[in-house]
Amino acid sequence: MYTEQKMETQMGALLRAGVILACGIMLAGGALYLMKNGGGHESYKAFRAEPAPLRSFTGIWRQTRAGSADGIVQLGVLAMIATPVLRVAFAVYGFARRRQWLFVAVSIIVLALLGYGLSERG
Amino acid sequence: MSVELEFWLFAVAAGTSLLGGVLGMASGVFIVPVLTLFGHLDIHSAIGASLVSVIACSCASAAPFLQERLTNIRLAIVLETATTLGALTGVLLVGVVPISLLFVLFGLVLLLAAAQMLRARRQTIQPGSGRSSSWQLGASYPDTELGSEVAYEVHRVPAGLGLMYLAGLLSALLGIGSGVLKVPAMDTALRLPIKVSSATSNFMIGVTAAASAGIYLHRGYIDPGLAMPVTLGVAGGSFVGAMLLKNASVQRLRTFFRVVILALGVETIYNGWVGKI
Repeated sequence: MYTEQKMETQMGALLRAGVILACGIMLAGGALYLMKNGGGHESYKAFRAEPAPLRSFTGIWRQTRAGSADGIVQLGVLAMIATPVLRVAFAVYGFARRRQWLFVAVSIIVLALLGYGLSERG
Repeated sequence: MSVELEFWLFAVAAGTSLLGGVLGMASGVFIVPVLTLFGHLDIHSAIGASLVSVIACSCASAAPFLQERLTNIRLAIVLETATTLGALTGVLLVGVVPISLLFVLFGLVLLLAAAQMLRARRQTIQPGSGRSSSWQLGASYPDTELGSEVAYEVHRVPAGLGLMYLAGLLSALLGIGSGVLKVPAMDTALRLPIKVSSATSNFMIGVTAAASAGIYLHRGYIDPGLAMPVTLGVAGGSFVGAMLLKNASVQRLRTFFRVVILALGVETIYNGWVGKI
Protein backbone atom coordinates (compact mmCIF):
# COMPACT_ATOMS: atom_id res chain seq x y z
CA MET A 1 0.00 0.00 0.00
CA TYR A 2 1.24 3.46 -0.83
CA THR A 3 1.43 4.93 2.63
CA GLU A 4 1.94 8.59 3.46
CA GLN A 5 5.30 7.61 4.87
CA LYS A 6 6.35 6.13 1.56
CA MET A 7 5.24 9.29 -0.20
CA GLU A 8 7.21 11.42 2.25
CA THR A 9 10.35 9.34 1.80
CA GLN A 10 10.13 9.68 -1.95
CA MET A 11 9.62 13.44 -1.63
CA GLY A 12 12.69 13.72 0.56
CA ALA A 13 14.74 11.82 -1.97
CA LEU A 14 13.46 14.01 -4.80
CA LEU A 15 14.34 17.21 -2.93
CA ARG A 16 17.78 16.00 -1.99
CA ALA A 17 18.50 14.90 -5.56
CA GLY A 18 17.33 18.26 -6.87
CA VAL A 19 19.59 20.23 -4.55
CA ILE A 20 22.60 18.07 -5.33
CA LEU A 21 22.01 18.35 -9.06
CA ALA A 22 21.47 22.11 -8.95
CA CYS A 23 24.51 22.69 -6.75
CA GLY A 24 26.56 20.46 -9.01
CA ILE A 25 25.63 22.51 -12.06
CA MET A 26 26.39 25.74 -10.21
CA LEU A 27 29.70 24.36 -9.03
CA ALA A 28 30.62 23.44 -12.59
CA GLY A 29 29.75 26.92 -13.76
CA GLY A 30 31.66 28.44 -10.89
CA ALA A 31 34.76 26.40 -11.54
CA LEU A 32 34.61 27.35 -15.21
CA TYR A 33 34.26 30.99 -14.25
CA LEU A 34 37.26 30.89 -11.91
CA MET A 35 39.36 29.22 -14.57
CA LYS A 36 38.50 31.84 -17.14
CA ASN A 37 38.67 35.00 -15.03
CA GLY A 38 41.80 35.41 -12.95
CA GLY A 39 40.91 38.63 -11.24
CA GLY A 40 38.36 40.76 -12.99
CA HIS A 41 36.93 43.35 -10.66
CA GLU A 42 33.45 44.62 -11.29
CA SER A 43 31.61 46.86 -8.93
CA TYR A 44 28.45 45.47 -7.41
CA LYS A 45 27.39 48.63 -5.70
CA ALA A 46 25.14 49.97 -8.40
CA PHE A 47 22.31 47.76 -9.52
CA ARG A 48 22.56 46.51 -13.05
CA ALA A 49 19.89 44.18 -14.30
CA GLU A 50 21.21 40.98 -15.78
CA PRO A 51 21.56 40.98 -19.57
CA ALA A 52 18.59 39.52 -21.44
CA PRO A 53 20.19 36.16 -22.34
CA LEU A 54 20.50 35.31 -18.66
CA ARG A 55 16.87 36.00 -17.87
CA SER A 56 14.87 33.72 -20.13
CA PHE A 57 14.73 29.94 -20.38
CA THR A 58 15.81 29.83 -24.02
CA GLY A 59 18.51 32.39 -23.39
CA ILE A 60 19.98 30.45 -20.49
CA TRP A 61 19.93 27.21 -22.45
CA ARG A 62 21.66 28.84 -25.39
CA GLN A 63 24.32 30.34 -23.12
CA THR A 64 24.91 26.97 -21.52
CA ARG A 65 25.39 25.28 -24.86
CA ALA A 66 27.80 28.03 -25.84
CA GLY A 67 29.85 27.16 -22.76
CA SER A 68 29.27 30.43 -20.93
CA ALA A 69 30.09 30.09 -17.21
CA ASP A 70 27.33 32.54 -16.29
CA GLY A 71 24.88 30.56 -18.41
CA ILE A 72 25.75 27.32 -16.68
CA VAL A 73 25.39 28.85 -13.22
CA GLN A 74 22.04 30.34 -14.24
CA LEU A 75 20.96 26.89 -15.42
CA GLY A 76 21.84 25.64 -11.94
CA VAL A 77 19.73 28.45 -10.47
CA LEU A 78 16.81 27.32 -12.63
CA ALA A 79 17.30 23.75 -11.44
CA MET A 80 17.23 24.96 -7.84
CA ILE A 81 14.02 26.92 -8.36
CA ALA A 82 12.48 23.96 -10.17
CA THR A 83 13.17 21.53 -7.32
CA PRO A 84 10.36 22.60 -4.97
CA VAL A 85 8.06 23.00 -7.98
CA LEU A 86 8.75 19.39 -8.93
CA ARG A 87 8.03 18.42 -5.35
CA VAL A 88 4.56 19.92 -5.65
CA ALA A 89 4.02 18.18 -8.99
CA PHE A 90 5.03 14.93 -7.32
CA ALA A 91 2.52 15.68 -4.55
CA VAL A 92 -0.28 15.75 -7.14
CA TYR A 93 0.72 12.24 -8.16
CA GLY A 94 1.23 11.03 -4.60
CA PHE A 95 -2.07 12.34 -3.26
CA ALA A 96 -3.89 10.97 -6.31
CA ARG A 97 -2.39 7.58 -5.72
CA ARG A 98 -3.62 7.75 -2.14
CA ARG A 99 -7.01 8.91 -3.37
CA GLN A 100 -6.85 12.08 -1.29
CA TRP A 101 -8.63 14.19 -3.85
CA LEU A 102 -8.95 17.32 -1.75
CA PHE A 103 -5.17 17.52 -1.54
CA VAL A 104 -4.78 16.73 -5.21
CA ALA A 105 -6.88 19.80 -5.92
CA VAL A 106 -4.93 21.98 -3.49
CA SER A 107 -1.61 20.79 -4.93
CA ILE A 108 -2.78 21.66 -8.43
CA ILE A 109 -3.68 25.16 -7.25
CA VAL A 110 -0.23 25.65 -5.73
CA LEU A 111 1.38 24.25 -8.87
CA ALA A 112 -0.58 26.70 -10.99
CA LEU A 113 0.54 29.62 -8.81
CA LEU A 114 4.14 28.46 -9.01
CA GLY A 115 3.80 28.03 -12.75
CA TYR A 116 2.59 31.58 -13.08
CA GLY A 117 5.61 32.73 -11.08
CA LEU A 118 7.96 30.84 -13.35
CA SER A 119 6.29 31.94 -16.55
CA GLU A 120 7.77 34.86 -18.35
CA ARG A 121 4.70 36.96 -17.97
CA GLY A 122 5.41 38.08 -14.38
CA MET B 1 33.85 39.60 -10.40
CA SER B 2 36.99 39.18 -8.38
CA VAL B 3 37.90 35.78 -7.02
CA GLU B 4 38.37 37.19 -3.52
CA LEU B 5 34.81 38.47 -3.51
CA GLU B 6 33.53 35.07 -4.61
CA PHE B 7 35.31 33.33 -1.76
CA TRP B 8 34.27 35.97 0.74
CA LEU B 9 30.64 35.49 -0.28
CA PHE B 10 30.99 31.74 0.01
CA ALA B 11 32.57 32.03 3.46
CA VAL B 12 29.92 34.42 4.78
CA ALA B 13 27.11 32.24 3.46
CA ALA B 14 28.67 29.08 4.86
CA GLY B 15 29.38 30.65 8.23
CA THR B 16 25.92 32.08 8.77
CA SER B 17 24.10 28.96 7.63
CA LEU B 18 26.38 26.74 9.70
CA LEU B 19 25.55 28.72 12.82
CA GLY B 20 21.93 28.76 11.81
CA GLY B 21 21.93 25.03 11.21
CA VAL B 22 23.49 24.28 14.58
CA LEU B 23 21.05 26.50 16.41
CA GLY B 24 18.11 25.33 14.38
CA MET B 25 17.19 28.71 13.08
CA ALA B 26 17.17 30.57 9.82
CA SER B 27 20.27 31.78 8.11
CA GLY B 28 18.38 33.61 5.38
CA VAL B 29 17.80 36.74 7.42
CA PHE B 30 21.52 37.39 7.74
CA ILE B 31 22.65 37.09 4.21
CA VAL B 32 21.13 40.24 2.78
CA PRO B 33 22.03 42.58 5.67
CA VAL B 34 25.58 41.26 5.81
CA LEU B 35 26.07 41.44 2.05
CA THR B 36 24.71 44.96 1.84
CA LEU B 37 26.13 46.48 5.01
CA PHE B 38 29.57 44.87 4.89
CA GLY B 39 29.91 43.84 1.28
CA HIS B 40 28.29 47.01 -0.04
CA LEU B 41 26.40 45.03 -2.61
CA ASP B 42 23.19 46.26 -4.16
CA ILE B 43 20.20 45.10 -2.14
CA HIS B 44 18.20 43.71 -5.08
CA SER B 45 21.04 41.51 -6.25
CA ALA B 46 21.63 40.41 -2.67
CA ILE B 47 17.95 39.53 -2.25
CA GLY B 48 17.97 37.54 -5.49
CA ALA B 49 21.00 35.54 -4.41
CA SER B 50 19.59 35.01 -0.93
CA LEU B 51 16.29 33.73 -2.33
CA VAL B 52 18.00 31.00 -4.32
CA SER B 53 20.10 29.97 -1.32
CA VAL B 54 16.99 29.79 0.86
CA ILE B 55 15.54 27.21 -1.53
CA ALA B 56 18.73 25.19 -1.23
CA CYS B 57 18.62 25.27 2.55
CA SER B 58 14.96 24.22 2.69
CA CYS B 59 15.27 21.35 0.21
CA ALA B 60 18.54 20.08 1.66
CA SER B 61 17.18 19.77 5.18
CA ALA B 62 13.74 18.46 4.20
CA ALA B 63 14.76 14.80 3.97
CA PRO B 64 15.81 14.30 7.62
CA PHE B 65 12.59 15.89 8.90
CA LEU B 66 10.52 13.77 6.54
CA GLN B 67 12.43 10.71 7.68
CA GLU B 68 11.53 11.46 11.28
CA ARG B 69 7.89 11.86 10.22
CA LEU B 70 7.63 15.33 11.71
CA THR B 71 6.55 17.17 8.58
CA ASN B 72 2.82 17.46 7.94
CA ILE B 73 2.75 17.51 4.14
CA ARG B 74 -1.02 17.86 3.93
CA LEU B 75 -0.99 20.95 6.10
CA ALA B 76 2.01 22.24 4.19
CA ILE B 77 0.32 22.10 0.81
CA VAL B 78 -2.79 23.83 2.16
CA LEU B 79 -0.74 26.61 3.74
CA GLU B 80 1.36 26.91 0.61
CA THR B 81 -1.62 28.29 -1.30
CA ALA B 82 -1.39 31.28 1.02
CA THR B 83 2.38 31.61 1.02
CA THR B 84 2.65 31.49 -2.77
CA LEU B 85 -0.12 34.06 -3.14
CA GLY B 86 1.67 36.22 -0.61
CA ALA B 87 4.94 35.82 -2.46
CA LEU B 88 3.39 36.81 -5.78
CA THR B 89 1.90 39.88 -4.06
CA GLY B 90 5.27 40.66 -2.50
CA VAL B 91 6.96 40.68 -5.87
CA LEU B 92 4.49 43.30 -7.03
CA LEU B 93 5.66 45.50 -4.17
CA VAL B 94 9.31 45.22 -5.16
CA GLY B 95 10.35 48.48 -6.68
CA VAL B 96 7.45 50.27 -5.04
CA VAL B 97 8.79 49.93 -1.53
CA PRO B 98 11.71 52.31 -0.88
CA ILE B 99 14.98 50.58 -0.07
CA SER B 100 15.38 52.31 3.27
CA LEU B 101 12.05 50.83 4.33
CA LEU B 102 13.27 47.40 3.27
CA PHE B 103 16.20 47.86 5.60
CA VAL B 104 13.98 48.82 8.50
CA LEU B 105 11.88 45.72 7.81
CA PHE B 106 15.00 43.58 7.79
CA GLY B 107 16.13 45.00 11.08
CA LEU B 108 12.73 44.32 12.62
CA VAL B 109 12.81 40.73 11.40
CA LEU B 110 16.28 40.30 12.90
CA LEU B 111 15.11 41.67 16.25
CA LEU B 112 12.12 39.36 16.08
CA ALA B 113 14.46 36.43 15.48
CA ALA B 114 16.58 37.45 18.48
CA ALA B 115 13.48 37.71 20.66
CA GLN B 116 12.33 34.27 19.57
CA MET B 117 15.63 32.77 20.58
CA LEU B 118 15.09 34.13 24.07
CA ARG B 119 11.63 32.70 24.61
CA ALA B 120 11.29 29.00 25.14
CA ARG B 121 8.67 27.63 22.81
CA ARG B 122 5.70 26.41 24.71
CA GLN B 123 3.79 23.50 23.37
CA THR B 124 0.02 23.98 23.44
CA ILE B 125 -1.32 21.06 21.53
CA GLN B 126 -4.68 19.51 22.01
CA PRO B 127 -4.49 15.78 21.53
CA GLY B 128 -6.42 14.34 18.65
CA SER B 129 -9.98 13.49 19.52
CA GLY B 130 -10.12 10.70 17.01
CA ARG B 131 -12.74 12.48 14.95
CA SER B 132 -11.39 13.73 11.65
CA SER B 133 -12.33 17.31 10.92
CA SER B 134 -13.49 18.44 7.53
CA TRP B 135 -10.03 19.80 6.81
CA GLN B 136 -8.44 16.35 7.08
CA LEU B 137 -5.24 17.88 8.39
CA GLY B 138 -4.75 16.03 11.65
CA ALA B 139 -1.86 13.64 11.97
CA SER B 140 0.46 12.10 14.49
CA TYR B 141 4.16 12.24 15.07
CA PRO B 142 6.65 10.15 17.06
CA ASP B 143 7.54 12.02 20.25
CA THR B 144 11.02 10.92 21.28
CA GLU B 145 10.66 12.20 24.81
CA LEU B 146 7.40 10.44 25.47
CA GLY B 147 8.56 7.49 23.47
CA SER B 148 5.22 7.13 21.73
CA GLU B 149 3.14 8.32 18.84
CA VAL B 150 1.22 11.51 19.59
CA ALA B 151 -1.82 12.49 17.60
CA TYR B 152 -2.69 16.14 17.08
CA GLU B 153 -5.27 18.27 15.36
CA VAL B 154 -4.76 21.51 13.48
CA HIS B 155 -6.75 24.50 14.70
CA ARG B 156 -7.73 27.90 13.34
CA VAL B 157 -6.61 27.22 9.81
CA PRO B 158 -8.01 30.52 8.41
CA ALA B 159 -5.88 32.50 10.86
CA GLY B 160 -2.93 30.38 9.85
CA LEU B 161 -3.59 31.08 6.19
CA GLY B 162 -3.60 34.82 6.85
CA LEU B 163 -0.28 34.65 8.66
CA MET B 164 1.18 32.47 5.93
CA TYR B 165 0.15 35.03 3.33
CA LEU B 166 2.14 37.65 5.25
CA ALA B 167 5.07 35.28 5.57
CA GLY B 168 5.07 34.75 1.81
CA LEU B 169 4.90 38.46 1.16
CA LEU B 170 7.90 39.13 3.40
CA SER B 171 9.75 36.26 1.83
CA ALA B 172 9.43 37.76 -1.64
CA LEU B 173 10.18 41.27 -0.48
CA LEU B 174 13.24 40.48 1.64
CA GLY B 175 14.55 37.28 0.09
CA ILE B 176 14.19 35.31 3.32
CA GLY B 177 12.50 32.03 4.16
CA SER B 178 10.20 33.65 6.71
CA GLY B 179 10.61 30.73 9.11
CA VAL B 180 10.79 33.42 11.76
CA LEU B 181 7.10 34.12 11.06
CA LYS B 182 5.92 30.66 10.10
CA VAL B 183 7.18 28.81 13.16
CA PRO B 184 5.49 30.97 15.82
CA ALA B 185 2.36 31.11 13.66
CA MET B 186 2.20 27.34 13.64
CA ASP B 187 3.13 27.04 17.31
CA THR B 188 0.52 29.42 18.62
CA ALA B 189 -2.15 30.02 15.98
CA LEU B 190 -2.36 26.46 14.72
CA ARG B 191 -1.30 24.88 18.01
CA LEU B 192 1.02 22.33 16.49
CA PRO B 193 3.64 20.40 18.40
CA ILE B 194 6.85 22.42 18.21
CA LYS B 195 8.83 19.83 16.31
CA VAL B 196 6.07 19.56 13.73
CA SER B 197 6.06 23.36 13.34
CA SER B 198 9.79 23.46 12.72
CA ALA B 199 9.70 20.62 10.25
CA THR B 200 6.64 21.83 8.34
CA SER B 201 7.85 25.43 8.23
CA ASN B 202 11.21 24.31 6.87
CA PHE B 203 9.42 22.21 4.29
CA MET B 204 7.29 25.11 3.07
CA ILE B 205 10.12 27.60 2.73
CA GLY B 206 11.38 26.15 -0.54
CA VAL B 207 8.03 26.51 -2.29
CA THR B 208 7.50 30.01 -0.90
CA ALA B 209 10.85 31.17 -2.19
CA ALA B 210 10.42 29.45 -5.55
CA ALA B 211 7.22 31.39 -6.13
CA SER B 212 9.06 34.70 -6.31
CA ALA B 213 12.47 33.49 -7.45
CA GLY B 214 11.25 32.79 -10.98
CA ILE B 215 10.00 36.34 -11.35
CA TYR B 216 13.22 37.71 -9.90
CA LEU B 217 15.12 35.68 -12.47
CA HIS B 218 13.08 36.97 -15.38
CA ARG B 219 13.50 40.55 -14.22
CA GLY B 220 17.26 40.14 -14.12
CA TYR B 221 17.64 40.40 -10.35
CA ILE B 222 19.49 37.11 -10.02
CA ASP B 223 23.16 37.55 -10.73
CA PRO B 224 24.90 34.20 -11.26
CA GLY B 225 28.15 35.60 -9.88
CA LEU B 226 26.40 36.30 -6.57
CA ALA B 227 23.91 33.44 -6.49
CA MET B 228 26.52 30.76 -7.02
CA PRO B 229 28.87 31.35 -4.05
CA VAL B 230 26.01 32.27 -1.71
CA THR B 231 23.93 29.20 -2.60
CA LEU B 232 26.86 26.80 -2.46
CA GLY B 233 27.95 28.33 0.84
CA VAL B 234 24.49 27.96 2.36
CA ALA B 235 24.11 24.41 1.08
CA GLY B 236 27.47 23.39 2.52
CA GLY B 237 27.00 25.30 5.75
CA SER B 238 23.52 23.87 6.43
CA PHE B 239 24.76 20.37 5.82
CA VAL B 240 27.75 20.73 8.16
CA GLY B 241 25.65 22.63 10.69
CA ALA B 242 23.07 19.87 10.84
CA MET B 243 25.83 17.35 11.44
CA LEU B 244 27.34 19.44 14.23
CA LEU B 245 23.95 19.94 15.83
CA LYS B 246 24.34 16.77 17.79
CA ASN B 247 27.61 17.71 19.47
CA ALA B 248 27.73 21.48 19.80
CA SER B 249 27.51 23.25 23.14
CA VAL B 250 24.36 25.03 22.17
CA GLN B 251 23.89 27.42 25.08
CA ARG B 252 27.02 29.45 24.58
CA LEU B 253 26.49 29.59 20.85
CA ARG B 254 22.94 30.81 21.37
CA THR B 255 24.07 33.69 23.53
CA PHE B 256 26.76 34.68 21.08
CA PHE B 257 24.35 34.42 18.21
CA ARG B 258 21.72 36.46 19.99
CA VAL B 259 24.16 39.28 20.57
CA VAL B 260 25.20 39.24 16.94
CA ILE B 261 21.59 39.28 15.73
CA LEU B 262 20.65 42.14 18.04
CA ALA B 263 23.60 44.20 16.94
CA LEU B 264 22.94 43.48 13.30
CA GLY B 265 19.27 44.28 13.71
CA VAL B 266 19.92 47.63 15.31
CA GLU B 267 22.55 48.51 12.75
CA THR B 268 20.21 47.61 9.90
CA ILE B 269 17.33 49.66 11.23
CA TYR B 270 19.64 52.58 11.84
CA ASN B 271 20.96 52.46 8.29
CA GLY B 272 17.50 52.29 6.86
CA TRP B 273 16.21 55.07 9.07
CA VAL B 274 19.03 57.42 8.33
CA GLY B 275 18.65 56.61 4.67
CA LYS B 276 22.27 55.89 4.15
CA ILE B 277 21.46 53.11 1.74
